[in-house]
Amino acid sequence: MILRLRQIHQDQIRAHVEAGYPAEACGIFLGREVDGVKIVERLWLADNRWVDPTEQTHRFLIPPEEVLVAEREAAAAGLEILGFFHSHPDHPARPSNFDREHAWPWYAYLIVSVENGRATDWRVWELSEDRSAFMERRLEIVP
Amino acid sequence: MAVQILIPTPLRVYTKGEKVVTVEAGTVGEALRALTERFPELRRHLFNEEGRLRSFVNLYLGDEDVRYLQGEETPIPDGQTLSIVPSIAGGRR
Repeated sequence: MILRLRQIHQDQIRAHVEAGYPAEACGIFLGREVDGVKIVERLWLADNRWVDPTEQTHRFLIPPEEVLVAEREAAAAGLEILGFFHSHPDHPARPSNFDREHAWPWYAYLIVSVENGRATDWRVWELSEDRSAFMERRLEIVP
Repeated sequence: MAVQILIPTPLRVYTKGEKVVTVEAGTVGEALRALTERFPELRRHLFNEEGRLRSFVNLYLGDEDVRYLQGEETPIPDGQTLSIVPSIAGGRR
């Protein structure tokens, strides 16, 4: 699996996660999958709705009602939800056990490490079918 | 009665590519059981090791989260659609 983002999407994600720092920031990828390449057509920037704001430096939540709305909007445009992104403030761009427990296979999970307020490392992950591990996948940025 | 269940994209690989699965059920719980009996590979992505629905997996009857109705006991009116919707949670720890 490859996650293909346009430069403008990467710029928007960078601005969103840096503005959210030191809290985690998050969003949804809408687009289409062609031969194992997840092509992002639209970016859905979400607010971090984790209930306890004091925990938002290490937790994020996009509630199901928002995912449902995004899913319907995607379907109306002939697209689908391809995956999600979130930031790890002052922490490597690697999924935690908590991330793994809350994931499904197939989706692309982009994690952006934000160090001292700057987005530094971008990594894409996919959950294995048996739910035991995340595998790193390729991020492709196109004009 | 016949209930239509909308399958999210990542789980369609376990339903032979079907986006909508129709089962015979009167309640949400019966619909889930019928679905996972037909497609057993769905189980581990919907339920945890204790057999409970995973905390990030949500079921919507129309626009209503069944947690705020009667959970798995919620009756499904004829013609209503059941959607499986993830909430997206995570974090660095």
